[in-house]
Formats: sequence, C-alpha cells, structure tokens
Amino acid sequence: MSAWWGIGAALLCWPGLIGGAAFAWLLLWIQRKLAARLQGRKGPPFYQPFFDFIKLLGKETVVPGGVNRRLLYALPMVSAVAVVCALSLIPVPGNPMPPFAGDLIVLLYLLEMPALCGVLAGYSSRSLYGQVGSAREAILWLGYNLPLLAAVLSLAIKAKSLTLAELAGVPLGPVHVAAAAAFLLALPARLKRNPFSIPNAEQEIIAGPLTEYSGAPLAFFELAHALELVALVSLFTVLFLPTANAPGPGWVLYLLGSVVLVALITLVATASARLTLRHTFRIYWSWGAGAAFLALMIAGAW
Amino acid sequence: MKLFEGLLSISRRKSPWVYCLNAGSCNGCDIETAACLSPRYDPEQVGTLRQGSPKHADILLVTGPLTLRTQDALRDIWGQIPSPKAVVAIGSCPASGNVFAGSPTVVGALAQVIPVDVYVPGCPPRPQAILQACIQAAHLLAHGKTHDQQGRREARR
Repeated sequence: MSAWWGIGAALLCWPGLIGGAAFAWLLLWIQRKLAARLQGRKGPPFYQPFFDFIKLLGKETVVPGGVNRRLLYALPMVSAVAVVCALSLIPVPGNPMPPFAGDLIVLLYLLEMPALCGVLAGYSSRSLYGQVGSAREAILWLGYNLPLLAAVLSLAIKAKSLTLAELAGVPLGPVHVAAAAAFLLALPARLKRNPFSIPNAEQEIIAGPLTEYSGAPLAFFELAHALELVALVSLFTVLFLPTANAPGPGWVLYLLGSVVLVALITLVATASARLTLRHTFRIYWSWGAGAAFLALMIAGAW
Repeated sequence: MKLFEGLLSISRRKSPWVYCLNAGSCNGCDIETAACLSPRYDPEQVGTLRQGSPKHADILLVTGPLTLRTQDALRDIWGQIPSPKAVVAIGSCPASGNVFAGSPTVVGALAQVIPVDVYVPGCPPRPQAILQACIQAAHLLAHGKTHDQQGRREARR
C-alpha cells in the first residue's frame, strides 16, 4: 500500500507534476534572466514563465483547417504526461518512488516521447514551417542520441545494473568524466538551445513544429519542454554528482548542480550562433561518437 | 473557477506577446519598433516577447497607412491571432492615413478594416511610447476591454 502512495506522491508532488513544474519554471526564469543580463537587458521577473503558461491556457485554440482536432490536443498532453512519468523515475533527493529493475529503460523511452510528439506535431499541423522544423528535429535526433545514450549506458555497464538508483551509486571514476563529456555535448541539442536550435530556429522557420499551435496545446508543449529541462538536468546531477550518497547536503548539491548546469547551457547558448544541420551532424558523429566510444571503452575496461 | 479567472486576468497583463506587421509603412515606425524591442528598452521586463507566428501573439502592432495590397493579408493575420487579442496602431499612418491619405493605392485609416484598441501618436513615435502602448493594451486585455473581447461578449448575449 505504501508503495502506491510513494508512486502517487512521486507523480503528483515531487519530482512529478507540481514540484517539477515549479522547479521547471524557476530554471526557465534563470535561463531567461541570465540571457537578458548577458545581453545587457534587465530581463523578466521571476514569475514570468508561470504567467506565460496561465495566459496560454486561457487563450482560444485555433484548429487549422484539415488538422485532426483530437491529434492536436493529444500530442502535447502525451508529451507532458510522458515527461512527468520520466521525472518521477529519476532518484533525485526526496523522491518517494520505489526503485525497480529496468527503470532506466522506461526512463529512456519516456524521455524520447516529447521529441517524437514534436516531430508528429510539426508534420500533422499542415504548415510548411512545421514540416521543415520536424524534418530538422528528426535528423538532429539521430545526431544527439548517440552520445546521450552511450553516456547513460556506460554507467549501466559500470554498475552492471539497469536500475537508476544503482547507477547513481557508482563511485566516481574515470568513466564519469568521459560519460559526463558525452552527456554535456548532447544536452544543448536535446534542449534545442542555441548552437543547435535548428528545429525551432525562429529567424528561419518561425517556431518550427509549434508554428500552428495556439492556446492550451501550446501551453502544454511549453510545459513539457520545461519539464524536459528539469528531467535532463536532474538526470545529469543524479548520475554524475554524488547526490545519492549524502542525504543531508544531497538537496543542496542537487539544486546547486542543476542551477550551475542551466547557467552553463545558457552561457553557451547566448555566446554562440546557430550552426547548420550539416555541421551539427558532423560534430555529433565525430566528437560525440568519440566521447561515446571512449565512455563505453572505459566502462568496459576499467 | 473564480480564482482561475483572477489569475488569468493577471497573467494577461503580465505576458503580452506581440506580432509586428508592416502594412505599407515607410519603415520609420518599424525602426522605432525595432528600437523598442532592443536591449535598451527591453520589453521582456514587462513580459512582452516578439513572436514570429500570429498564433502565439496577443497584441498586433500595425505600422503604415494600409495599402490596397496589404489589407487582405492584414485581415488574414488578424483572424489568425487567437482571441483575446488587442490591436495597437503605431504612428500617424494607421490612425488617419497621414500624408498618404487620399492616395488611390491607400485604404486610409486602419479602423475601417479591423478594430483598433490603442493608438500611438507620432511620425514616428518614440520607442517609449510604443512600449507604453503595449502595456496599455495588456491592461485592456486583463480587464476584458479590448474590442475583440467586447465583441465576443455581445455576440454571446
């Protein structure tokens, strides 16, 4: 019985829907504020992402002609629910979810859902910009997933387990350095941030797959994207920082690590211009593949 | 429900996203609008973001004296902005046609085609005035006083 309470609390409170959304909005605000300060602006107040979400919920939803209405509403909901489920599986400090064997595989599948829904959303919206954005996102997907998956799998090889809690408990070693490098390389493209903001390049293809979306579906896509940020940042801090071993300062380390990582991503995003798809693909299949290969080799050999 | 309505009203005031449209302007007002959106005046501190898609916008910023060839595009884009929405006319041209009034290629005042909520006087207006108009339009949206919201309320009655 208490296991079910744990699952419910993990999904709804922390790190699921409510706590996850609050933390996601905080991280989004840090991103926007830091980007603004780096550009010599004042930046938005801290409640901005929350009010943006509420305002979009209260707006009319325009269904473009010839688009399946149910699909238009279902895609953002599916992607938001998938990320909430993924978040509840990550063993961040205070997560009441009981660990089970193979939760790593469930997590990796659930984390792919927003990207998949984004691609489908662009193709099904009958907008030329959406279709171009979707094609770009699908190609980018093949690029960044190689280092990302290799980083996580190398830790799984090291831990000889597919349970996230055991992966987090692996003592820090050389495998963590190579795996963290591969993970960090993949992160900006996964979050569609600037050097790799190719699928949602606003100066070229308006808003990419989300061009035709408005109102509540757009709000839920934005929420899913924000929660994805929390999920990936949490996954990084849990796997590569010793948050699991120290229960007292575990919280502090987790929050600090998340904020620093978000600041780092923003710094890179603000300081760089957008690359073309060809260059991005080359980077991921040379440097990314190199880091992935190194991480797997170290995990196997050490 | 009442709580959500209150929250929605605040968030409409705090997060007005704008879409810029040039309806045959001489570019003077567009330069001032660009200056308004630049780091110096930073509209993001009042929540204003420039959106590329009219489906994401709340406020339509129109510059220029509305030529015959742009009026269909203007009506189309205005229709694509999801309700509730506000229209801000920037400069003297959308208000009256300015020096182009009476020209055979110009429709004239913007209000003949779509309802206008806020006028920004000037030829061109200053960036501060444009930012002020955005804030004013956001307040109208929050209190349900834009022409779009009033028209919908009338239609429901």
